[in-house]
Amino acid sequence: MSHRTPAGRVRGLGSAQHGVDHWWAQRLTALALVPLTIWFCVSIIGLIGADHAAFVSWLSTPGRAVAMLLLVVATFHHMKLGLQTVIEDYVHGRGWNAALLVLNSFACITLGVACAFAIVKMALGG
Amino acid sequence: MVQVERPLSPHLQVYKPQLTSVLSILHRVTGVALGAGALLLAWWLVAAAYGPGQFETVQAFMASWLGRLLLFGFTFSLFYHLCNGIRHLFWDAGWGFELKTVYASGWLVVVASLGLTAASWIAGYAGGGGP
Repeated sequence: MSHRTPAGRVRGLGSAQHGVDHWWAQRLTALALVPLTIWFCVSIIGLIGADHAAFVSWLSTPGRAVAMLLLVVATFHHMKLGLQTVIEDYVHGRGWNAALLVLNSFACITLGVACAFAIVKMALGG
Repeated sequence: MVQVERPLSPHLQVYKPQLTSVLSILHRVTGVALGAGALLLAWWLVAAAYGPGQFETVQAFMASWLGRLLLFGFTFSLFYHLCNGIRHLFWDAGWGFELKTVYASGWLVVVASLGLTAASWIAGYAGGGGP
């Protein structure tokens, strides 16, 4: 038996039981993506016309590989949260809603892991 | 009992489009478009990890007219979502809610995202990305 008061149990969590986690994670990834995106855009413009060897050697420095990993993690996390909100707002059928939310999670995580693996593989020269 | 089909909120067609509402929905539209752009990013990175042959295939597609069109849409969506996202972060911090400020920051976002898109493509073509 819990001795917590009803107010104590729900404080900060709300009816959905995850409180402000979603909202906060979306802002945190957004904040991280501001410098990462600017860095990525400047870099990618500099890489126009680069062949495979030039691209891999560009990516191989630890600083760039880590920045790319951070960019990918923040991007796909932010994308999952954003698309989730869009699905929740516009897809009302219970089955469709659930199916799309699951698909969204799987797709974003798969793409993120694939990108992260690609970066690590190239950075380590595999 | 007969179900009466009453109009439901928000019933968007009765509202006159305003800068605020148009920029708001554009944030969502560009967000979804960036989801498609992320597919391009993943394709490009994974192809590069496979090797030079696969990487050249992706590079050739990006250089085609369809690839350039998609990249142009990607670039604008990215800069718009970035600029308007920064505007949102200021609102989250509690700044910029006065009507005058909302309109000023809105126009700033429009000018900045178009300007950054144009600047990127000019820099890209100047840097050897020409046809």
